Amino acid sequence: MKYTEDHEWLRVEGDLVVVGITDYAAKELGDIVFVELPEPEAMVAKGDEVVVIESVKAASDILAPLDGEIVAVNEAVAKNPALVNEDATGEGWFFKMRIDDLAALDDFMDEDEYAEHIA
Amino acid sequence: MAEARELPLKGLHLRLGAKMVPFAGWEMPVQYAAGVLREHLHCRAATGLFDVSHMGQVILRAPSGRAADAAAALEALVPADLLSLSEGRQRYAVFTNAAGGIEDDLMVANRGDHLFLIVNAGRAAADLALLRAGLPGLAVEPVADRALLALQGPGAEAALGALVPGVAGMRFMDVARPRWQGAELWISRSGYTGEDGFEVSVPLARALALAEALLAREGVLPIGLGARDSLRLEAGLPLYGHDLDPATSPVEAGLEWSVGRVRRAGGARAGGFPGAARIAAELAAGPARRRVGLLPEGRAPMREGVALFAEPAGGAAAGAVTSGGFAPSLDRPVAMGYVAAALAGAGRPLWGEVRGRRQPVAVAPLPFRPSTYKR
Repeated sequence: MKYTEDHEWLRVEGDLVVVGITDYAAKELGDIVFVELPEPEAMVAKGDEVVVIESVKAASDILAPLDGEIVAVNEAVAKNPALVNEDATGEGWFFKMRIDDLAALDDFMDEDEYAEHIA
Repeated sequence: MAEARELPLKGLHLRLGAKMVPFAGWEMPVQYAAGVLREHLHCRAATGLFDVSHMGQVILRAPSGRAADAAAALEALVPADLLSLSEGRQRYAVFTNAAGGIEDDLMVANRGDHLFLIVNAGRAAADLALLRAGLPGLAVEPVADRALLALQGPGAEAALGALVPGVAGMRFMDVARPRWQGAELWISRSGYTGEDGFEVSVPLARALALAEALLAREGVLPIGLGARDSLRLEAGLPLYGHDLDPATSPVEAGLEWSVGRVRRAGGARAGGFPGAARIAAELAAGPARRRVGLLPEGRAPMREGVALFAEPAGGAAAGAVTSGGFAPSLDRPVAMGYVAAALAGAGRPLWGEVRGRRQPVAVAPLPFRPSTYKR
């Protein structure tokens, strides 16, 4: 698992990257009540706002971590946003994307580096 | 920016797992370990304890030593009918300015020989200045040696009644000063959640003991500022600085009920408060805009600042959201805001612009959830 400075986690699954937010982020946001997912098959550029999440406190944007194509979205979190709080790094994933080169993931933080980032 | 002031019970909040945030110049518990959603639902189902010690407590005395004289004087600053406020009762009021806008909203209690006021934290300094300038003949005494706790929810009467026998006999907006462990408590049966409940002013020396004794009662959990906001939003209660401000009149705000009958045109003490002309005109002809409830379609909250439109495309904004979020008890987003009076009828479809897109939202009556006050 890799991590962005914006508290997203990235997990390689075959030739795809699965993206969600970390437990730390979910806890900081508080109870999540609304998730708006991107259109599957959308082409996105790194830094694009691709997911909107609304918690009881505020709205936040989730940014595309890399250039690529959204190939799947998790309709379960749109139906039940609380999944993000309950299982942020598992059932609470947001989307899967295809990127040109999985080696680009090497630039992100590993678990220890992320732990230091939020310490 | 000055350092945020610390609550007298800060240590208790930290022990209870509170997350502290700055609010109105104070460091406040925004939530505890349970989180906003659970805290909100708990307060509706059982009992919530809130530390609202940041709010301003003020005693107002006339030289005569009669509350009625202080009330008569205070009527120069508020449109409420305070002369009819009986001893042992509390009433909601607003300070108005010369333009008929609201400077703050407050509670006024008649305690026989003086009035006791509770004002918003962020306006306390301005309110004291306004009282001193406007009422030179009265003694204005800020109360600095007391904490203020609110106990709200269907279990509030039982929880407080176990410590202070007699509170069960109080009605909504009654005030009393019973003793507990040697300390005089200043209790009102009121709150800011739409639930039955009490606000309890307690001397600092006994505040921790009282909070702990209440938390030890079955069903009582601490509730933070986050849930306080969603509770009051469901109850349709406006928040100063968001739903009320110096440009907004009490009539626009739907608070015309706080303008006493005797203070209106033709009444025995008509006018005599700042901005009386505008408020009388709006009472007679209706205001240009009104505060309304708003039910967004779908699940996305419409928050403060969202522009409201009469049409799905084109046209100028017809109003804006002033408070909005997710309503845990209704399991849906709700909001309140101001719209042109012609658009303020319940059921009127409007559109709110969220992230660049106009989303449907319907005007709805307030409150969203009926209050359970013990009248």
